[in-house]
Parts: sequence; C-alpha cells; structure tokens
Amino acid sequence: MAEKVIMSGNEAIARGAYEGGCVFASAYPGTPSTEILENMPQYKENVYSEWAPNEKVAAEAAIGASIAGVRSFCAMKHVGLNVAADPVFTVAYTGVTGGLVIISADDPGQHSSQNEQDNRNYAKAARLLMLEPSSSQECKDYMKMAFALSEKFDAPVLFHVTTRVCHSKGIVELGERVEADYIPYEKKITKYVSAPANAKKMRVNLETKLQMMEEYANTCEINQPEWHDKKIGVVTSGISYQYAKETFGENASYLKLGMTFPLPTKLIEDFCAQVEKVYVIEEMDPYLQEFLQIHGIECVGKPVIPTFDELNTDIVREALTGEVPESYESELKSVVRPPSLCAGCPHRGFFQAIKKKKNLMINGDIGCYTLGANAPLNALDTAICMGASLSMAHGASQAYKMVGAETKAVGVLGDSTFFHSGITSIMDSIYNQGHSISVILDNRITGMTGHQQNPGSGFTLMGKEAPEVDIPALLKAIGMKEENIHTVNPNILEEVDKALDACIATDEPSVIITRWPCVLKKFSQQDLDEFPTMNKHQCEIDQDKCKNCKMCVKTGCPALMSTKDKVEIDKTSCNGCTICKQVCPFNAISEVTR
Amino acid sequence: MSEVKNILLVGVGGQGTILASKILTSGLMEAGYDVKMSEIHGMSQRGGSVSTQVRYGDKVLSPIVGKGSADVIVAFETMEALRWLPYLKKGGSIVVNDFVINPAPVNQGQAEYPEGIIEDLAAKVKVVSLKAGDMATELGNPKAMNVVLLGALVKAIGTLDDVDWMKHIEKNVKPKFVELNKKAFQAGYDFK
Repeated sequence: MAEKVIMSGNEAIARGAYEGGCVFASAYPGTPSTEILENMPQYKENVYSEWAPNEKVAAEAAIGASIAGVRSFCAMKHVGLNVAADPVFTVAYTGVTGGLVIISADDPGQHSSQNEQDNRNYAKAARLLMLEPSSSQECKDYMKMAFALSEKFDAPVLFHVTTRVCHSKGIVELGERVEADYIPYEKKITKYVSAPANAKKMRVNLETKLQMMEEYANTCEINQPEWHDKKIGVVTSGISYQYAKETFGENASYLKLGMTFPLPTKLIEDFCAQVEKVYVIEEMDPYLQEFLQIHGIECVGKPVIPTFDELNTDIVREALTGEVPESYESELKSVVRPPSLCAGCPHRGFFQAIKKKKNLMINGDIGCYTLGANAPLNALDTAICMGASLSMAHGASQAYKMVGAETKAVGVLGDSTFFHSGITSIMDSIYNQGHSISVILDNRITGMTGHQQNPGSGFTLMGKEAPEVDIPALLKAIGMKEENIHTVNPNILEEVDKALDACIATDEPSVIITRWPCVLKKFSQQDLDEFPTMNKHQCEIDQDKCKNCKMCVKTGCPALMSTKDKVEIDKTSCNGCTICKQVCPFNAISEVTR
Repeated sequence: MSEVKNILLVGVGGQGTILASKILTSGLMEAGYDVKMSEIHGMSQRGGSVSTQVRYGDKVLSPIVGKGSADVIVAFETMEALRWLPYLKKGGSIVVNDFVINPAPVNQGQAEYPEGIIEDLAAKVKVVSLKAGDMATELGNPKAMNVVLLGALVKAIGTLDDVDWMKHIEKNVKPKFVELNKKAFQAGYDFK
C-alpha cells in the first residue's frame, strides 16, 4: 500500500515536483508560497533548488533550465508574479523544452499581503495553461501532471493556489518519481529568440496551441462533472469546491474544474444544460462567471457571492441558502491584537530613534519593518511594494526640492528586500543626484517569511556556504560617497541618532545600514563571532526607581507588561535589546545576565 | 458517514499552537480519520491573534471551522477564548488557559483587558480552566504550556483515549524535550 502522510499544500507541491521528475526549482520567499521551496532540499539527490534574489530572476532561471532541457519550476506569492510578469508573458510564446511550471500562490483575505489580486487573470492575459488544485492530494497530483502537460503542449503551466490550499494540511498518498528524460536543447532561433519577426509567428502558433489545450480541457480527467441532484449545478474550482460541496452535499451536481485555462467551452455548456439552476462559486474575481456569461449561460455568482476576501462554507451557505449558524455571544468585548515587532527586534531601535525627528517623510517597504507603522511607533508614512521605499523616497526628495519644501524623504527596507529590488532604486537616487536618505535594516536574514537565506546571509537554500554581498562596497561601487555611508548598531539609540543627523544635514544621497541579527534567527557561527553580546542579557525594572511614566512602553516592546499602577518586563520574552533602558528617564531599568 | 468533528486551537503568535495541533493531527491519523488542518503564517504570527483549525471524520472537505461548529475550543490565552466564542457549537466546550498576554492597545492604555472572562464563559458553556503556564513551569519549562493544553484538549474531546499520544509526542518533538512534553501532556490530561 502506498505510504500516506499529512502534508500542507505547499509540502505536497514540493513532493509533486519531485515525483514529477523536476530537476530545477527557484523562488523568492513570500507568504503563502514560501514553504514550497523550503521543502525542496529534502529531494536534493534529484532536484537542485535555490532562493533567487527576486521573482523575476527565479522565473528566468527556471525558464533557462527548461529550455536547456530539464523539468523546472519557480514559485512566488501573487504580487511576485507582477515582478516576474515580463518573462512569463513571453515564455508563453516561445514554449519550453523541459516541462516548466510557474506557481502563483494568491492570498485572498490578505492574511499577509499588501493587496488581494486574482492571478487567474494572468492565465487569461498571458495565455498560460492553468491548473487549480483544491486539496493537498491534488497539489501533489496536479504538480506531477503539470510537467507532462507543459511538454505535451510545449507551453508553460500556471499553477494557481491560494492561502487555504497552501497552508491547510490533508492526507496525501505518496507516489514514485517519474524519471523524465533530459531533452537536449537544440538550437532553434525561430523558437527561442522572441524578436518581432519570430514573435509574430509565435503569436499565431500560440492560438493553435490554445485550441489544442481547450480540446484537452473538455475531456481531461481533472475536468469531470460529478453528478448528484440536477436541480442545482455548481461550477467551481480550487478551494471553493470544498466550500460548495460542504454546503450542498449531494443536493447539487458539480463541475469542478482542475484545468481552468483555456476553459472547456463544450464541457461547461453541456453541464449547465443538464441542470435547472447554475451557481458559480469562486473566490475573488468573477473569472469563471464571466466566461459563462459571455457564452450566454444564466448563472448566480457575484455579487451574491462576495467579490473580495476569502470564502468559507459559512459565507457560501449564507449567500446561497440564507442559513446562518447558531452561535454563542458574550457581552464582554475582546480587544484587537495587532501583530508587532518582536521583543528584541533590531528594527525597534531604529524606529524609536527616527520617530523623534521632525520634517521627515518615511517611506516603508514590505517586511517585518512594515510594523514600524503601527502604534505606538507610527514611524512610517507609506508602504507600497517590494523595493518601493527607496525609489519613492528619491522621487519625493526631488519633488520637495522642486517646490522648495523643507521635508526630507527617507526610504526604509530590509536586507532581503534591498537585494530583491532596492539596488536599482538606490542607483536611481545616486545617478540622478537626489537628496533622499536610504536605510537598509540588515538583520542578516529574510525575516517576515520565516528566515530564508539570501545573497547577504552567507548560506544557500541547500545549506552551502555562499559569498555575501558586501553592502557598503556595493554602494561605493555604484557611486555612493563613502562619507555618506553610515553603518550602525540599531540597539544603540545614540549611534542611530548621530547617523540620522548626519544624513539629514547633507544634500547628497546618503545611506544608513543597521546591522544586527533578527532575534528569532538560528545564529550561525559567524553571527556568534560578530555579535558576541547578542541575547546574553535581559532587562529588569527596579520598581523603587520606576515612576510609572510609561516612556518604555512607548517603544511598543511586547515584553513590557503595563498595568495602571506599574510596568514589568516579561522574563520569558525579553531579549535584552536595552531600548527600554535607554529611553527610561529615571535609570530604573538595568541589564542583568541571562 | 460519521459527523465531522471540529477543533479550534487559538492563541497568540509564538505560543506553540502549531506544535500542539501537529501532535493532535498525527494522533487523529493513527485513529484512522481523514484529517484536515488549517493555519495562518506570515505577518499574523508576529504576536497577533492566531488560530489553528483541525477537522476530522470519515471524509473532510473544507479545512476551515465555521461559526457555531467547533466541538472544542482550546484557548492558549484567556481573551482568545472570548474572541473565538462565536465559533463554538451549541453544547460544545472550551478549554481555557488562565494566562493573560496583554495586546498592544491594552499596554498603550487605549483599551482595557476585559475582566471576568472565564466566569462569563462558564455561565454559558462547559469550561475547563487551568493555569497551564504554572503547570509547565513546575515541570521545568514554561514553554511546555502548549502540550499541557493539548493533554487537556484530548481529555475534553473524550473519544481519543485509545491513541498512543506518547508515541506522537516522540514523533513530533525534539529528543531532548520528549520527557518534559510527555509529563506536560499527562498533567494536562489528568487535570480536574
């Protein structure tokens, strides 16, 4: 009997890639996709896997491996596909050599994202064969299937998953690895060089491929009607199928589509013709619904089903049957619990110092430090996308200059985000001789997504030691003046303060690099050597000296437990960063050895 | 087809709900159930309110526990029990850790932590309240609080006594913490 294990969707995708004969995998981490690549090194005998500096690079590396002749994939969160869109649109034209799969993990409900976007639209816009699994088992099976389909149609496959598919666990029956043949690349300029003369022919050829794909979608095993009662027919895909099935059970028939681009016109028309009423149940955009409507099929979908946020069975049931579950309520009200920077987070010192400065417009970025915008720090003005902080600060600094405003613009991002897309931004500021302050919060790892290695951290995904980007040397090489580069320990407020003053005083582009590891990081020997005092101490409040002024509490450290009468430090959470000690006006806080 | 059972493990990021639910699902699989579990990663883990949802039965479809459908809720932090109360099924029970973690708005003096939560809940539903933090500290490590609560949860579910839970602790916990966690589980299970 085949082995059965419990796996998250992401673990199952990794397993499916292994079983599907994949040889190359690349990604930039991003919730909810991160664990796909994190689960690849266990298959390192057969699959080479790596973290790329950003999603575009990951996609291009996977495209290169595919054209070279092996099965490959890249994975990213939904917004990552915006970054990678450029190569993805064109590889749809060239096609592949070895099977190529592009995984997009969307985040309906924005559990951990700056926006909500339905990347099924990318399949339609770029004309990519799309698969949508609805469970961990399907994640594995569809992934295995995806490589073969990519080769069959000479086309990349968009593998579309969502948070609940990625992060839910279910039982998966394991299979064997198929040893896909290495398909030696043959030089074929008309196929792989997408210059206009060739691309025009590729565009025509793509239409032929799409017709073949649609014919396949009409009959393939993952697009089959599930017949029960024919009063209601549900057209659905992905996780929404589970909610639909839980709502109606055998009181409805289902057309659960596993392959959703190109959509199977004939299959959908036949199914809908056999049922009395059609419901389209899908998360986010009316992707399937609009297809049905274009084909003149009357159906109930949006806006009866919400057009944004994630769905669940309660929402589907209430929308379509009006039933609301009975539940308990209390007169007591719970208080919201927003996420915050951890106790001992090295970003806190920086934000504590910068929030004291006047006349700054502080552009944030995507990572833990976005939390610098939360009360009581309130130390950010903007957060848009990966890398935007530095370029926005540059643009703002030029604008302020033009209108004669006194405000100084600052951009703040982390080490991994700097490597992702901050380097070109700072180059813009240096080249165009802007006036912004760039801040790189180097905590020696990719923090928010759960500690992935990056080009500055000294190790690769597969655990090999790696050269580290020397950030000050890089900045000098692209023209930043040495006197405008300030490397500081963010846990020493005075150091940060001095660096900020120096940057505010100059009219030239300047940079502050804070260098201190994330407190949650698994420290390398190098970290231990470079930061010997790290996590060796804790702070303690002398209640006799404490005047309960709450200055320490205003740092937002979650280790500080404040009540009306006093403040205490929680021993299990304090990591001894001493920021509270430095802001205490009464010297009531001291450091003790842990 | 037997009914699907719903369990919610709720708490604050960093309290170890994920390990507890990992051991739970591992045991449920051994008991022969189809199991699904859902958790949220990323931003919400940084000290925010977190939930792990576990569903089991002959066949489980959605991985999410709906409102009014949880058979048992185990709250690793007191106020989280209150927050998730609307998810409890009529006649369901709550295992609540008598353990407070102030959310930022309370620490900043912008809100007050509600008083009398456990009494309020106990007036409405079946509540098992324990000081799992103190119990774990007595056993030698406050971090084993999560497994104390798992023990209490398994007891509250009531139908999973045949599972060899110690084996699943061994499978999911680092070797040097196995003994501690076995004791923690037992302490939670034996709590009256």
